[in-house]
Amino acid sequence: MTELLRPRSMGQARERVDGAAKVTGRARYAFEQPVERPAYVHPVQATIARGRVRTMHTGDAAALDGVLTVLTPDNAPLLATGHDPELEILQSPEVAFRGQLIGAVIAETPETARQAAGLVRADYERQPHDVTLSPERDDLYRPDVVNPSLPTDTGQGDVDAALRAAEHTVAATYTTAMYHNNPMEPHATVALWDEGGLTLHDSTQGVHAMREAVAPVLGLDKERIRVIARYVGGGFGSKGTAHAHIVLAALAAKRMPGRPVKLALTRQQMFSLAGYRTPTIQRVRLAADAAGRLTAIGNDVVEQTSRIKEFAEQTGVPARTTYAAPNRRTTHRLAALDVPVPSWMRAPGECPGMFGPEVAMDELAEDCGLDPVELRVRNEPETDPDTGLPFSSRDLVGCLHEGARRFGWQRRERAPRSRIEDGWWTGTGVASSTYPVHSAPGTSATVRLGRDGSFEVLIGAVDIGTGAWTILTQIAADALGVPAEDVHLHLGDTDLPQAPVAGGSSGTTNWGTAIVEAARSFREKYGADAGPGDELIATVPANPHSDRFAMRAFGAQFAEVRVHAATGEVRVPRLLGVFAAGRIVNPRTARSQFIGGMTMGLSMALHEDSVFDERFGFVVNHDLAEYHIAACADVESIEAQWLDEHDPYVNPMGTKGIGEIGIVGTAAAIANAAYHATGVRIRDLPVTADKFLD
Amino acid sequence: MEAEITLTVDGARRTLAVDTRVTLLDALRERLGVTSPKKGCGHGQCGACTVLLDGRRATTCLALAVAHDGARITTSAGLAGTDELHPLHQAFLDHDGFQCGYCTPGQICSAAGVLDEAERGWPSAVTANITDITDTAGAPALDAGEIRERMSGNLCRCGAYPNIVAAVAAVAEGRSR
Ligand code: FES
Ligand code: FES
Repeated sequence: MTELLRPRSMGQARERVDGAAKVTGRARYAFEQPVERPAYVHPVQATIARGRVRTMHTGDAAALDGVLTVLTPDNAPLLATGHDPELEILQSPEVAFRGQLIGAVIAETPETARQAAGLVRADYERQPHDVTLSPERDDLYRPDVVNPSLPTDTGQGDVDAALRAAEHTVAATYTTAMYHNNPMEPHATVALWDEGGLTLHDSTQGVHAMREAVAPVLGLDKERIRVIARYVGGGFGSKGTAHAHIVLAALAAKRMPGRPVKLALTRQQMFSLAGYRTPTIQRVRLAADAAGRLTAIGNDVVEQTSRIKEFAEQTGVPARTTYAAPNRRTTHRLAALDVPVPSWMRAPGECPGMFGPEVAMDELAEDCGLDPVELRVRNEPETDPDTGLPFSSRDLVGCLHEGARRFGWQRRERAPRSRIEDGWWTGTGVASSTYPVHSAPGTSATVRLGRDGSFEVLIGAVDIGTGAWTILTQIAADALGVPAEDVHLHLGDTDLPQAPVAGGSSGTTNWGTAIVEAARSFREKYGADAGPGDELIATVPANPHSDRFAMRAFGAQFAEVRVHAATGEVRVPRLLGVFAAGRIVNPRTARSQFIGGMTMGLSMALHEDSVFDERFGFVVNHDLAEYHIAACADVESIEAQWLDEHDPYVNPMGTKGIGEIGIVGTAAAIANAAYHATGVRIRDLPVTADKFLD
Repeated sequence: MEAEITLTVDGARRTLAVDTRVTLLDALRERLGVTSPKKGCGHGQCGACTVLLDGRRATTCLALAVAHDGARITTSAGLAGTDELHPLHQAFLDHDGFQCGYCTPGQICSAAGVLDEAERGWPSAVTANITDITDTAGAPALDAGEIRERMSGNLCRCGAYPNIVAAVAAVAEGRSR
């Protein structure tokens, strides 16, 4: 058992360390780095979904005043191939999806670069494309593993037989839409290639991860690449893996040695180049006995990936672990299509994978004549149903009870379509949330004593808005036994000790543990005699408890929904989430993380839907006017609470990760509340007005 | 084609020659190095580029620089004047009205515009008649519904809306008192 760090600074609602810089706008994001005489890069994208470029006509573009060069597959610098097909751009004339990079213009100004990119014409040899996701396809395949490296299929017992024998069953298909991460700061890179190597100011969730990804493709030693990201305008997964534009920026920089080049994707370009969440089709089956005890849980998932690169979202995973049931089955089948490359989006797997099952649980509760909270409580497992391991801590039941109490759940009418107020059908719904505790060994941090007696803490972590600048300061302060004011952090640079991405809700676990290790070792080595300049670097080994316990955060989300009787307009006046997610390091930033996740969940429930035009193979609503993300007026009361948890196994801070769980279950709670309000069961997201009108 | 223009940005007079296609946002960010206003979409759809343009909130990505010769621009960086922080800055810090911070300077400029518009008695879709929301002293009291409506041109993907509304409400309340 790890000895949990004693909280002094931890637990305080400290103001953000980077707050003043951000509210005034003085914090400089990737594209805002002051550089001398930059050149601007504007991408050229394929306008067919499959085929090959026959000829690129670049004459008009090159002739434009201010154009420095036009990159095409014919003249681009060579890359090492065989590593990552998404990144190996401009190496062949093949087109694998509409929007793929086939060239770029480098010019003196952004206006000229953009104009010239518009003058580049490509002749194509078109091939028929195939972009249709359907469970009926006969070429669906079984990936070897699902993200990140989990079994594709799991099973125990016999789900079919259990369904035949059961008192109560639900068997239905649920779908989630295609979603785009759309961080507010577009993906951007400023690149400089000179004698020293390649420097990338990149809008990324992980400086070391970006370096690892691009070094082999560029054929450079990773020591020759420096990636810097001090402030990042959100990512939600899309900046967690390298996408093609960072390579394009590097290629442009290579062509302009000694001169910085700047590349920012437009919002439209992000819809084909920065990843997205696959649409999912979930065939969910539940069986229960007369008392509402589950005898079977199944989720058979169909989703898409791109033909050039596989990403298999682990949508079936939450059905493996949330409730007890002797018979279980989860499967994942993929269609490989001529579509952009899907990737991580906030809570991959858990987020879509808690929509189908949690709506199905609502349907089962009704079939059993049970309260939906009670049904969930009755199916609490003793150990992790997936692995058989005990949970290091688990308080789903506590979250459900506390949430029900705070939300006023007991006032709820049992029957749907019971309450209409001023022309609005009104109802409430609940769903569970869960997200795993991820940890990656090998994270390092350095602690150094400064001349003035304060400490410097160095780690290549990135704060994408999570609050890492602040909470890592608090963790370091407690680990060193000094006030937070005496800790100065250095983040977001590959020149700092190795750190994994801000992703998988693992930032605090990985980075915090490394800082605690470094601080403890520093104290052990130097005791009370440390002098200015003394420093120590420590690296975190694998968590020895990982094999002994299942580690997860849980939560319960409650929603109130109003649906207008005449127009079908849907509103969510109230959302409440109660979470059991280990120790909360900073209540102020944690609350923002939770409500931010829930807001994105509300947005997924009601608004978001990347509409894919199968004739052309692209997302037609590819901007923020038509791909609607929740705006201020869409969000009324959103509250997040948490239960104290003492978990000595997860890490020395006792934290479980809170960046993603807020989006898990929200859409189901809202769809369930919409059913309770109207009696209309919606199994296909988003929950839009038309679905209530007949 | 280039034209010479003069802008007063956060109190400083700046003269520059711009391609007539350059937006006000790109003139600020790429020509003058003023990066407090952000680019989130370039299409007037997100509000990240909001500044006070001659005293009124405006999305600078939809304005051509050449059309604003002589304009007075206040970004979030200049909002406090010679003070360290404007009350809106402090309220956003107090209420944690942001996470990544990328939408934030735009939100704050927009909020400054909202407060001013309300004081002038400008209506919104929520309350058609501004006098309906006037407090006893005659100053408009912006409730949460009003703030949400008036701030809806500024998207926040981090989902800080409840905190943004609380921050703006705190400043609005302080003013009407
Ligand atoms: S950048 Fe101007 S509104 Fe989005
Ligand atoms: S704080 Fe990140 S988009 Fe608003």
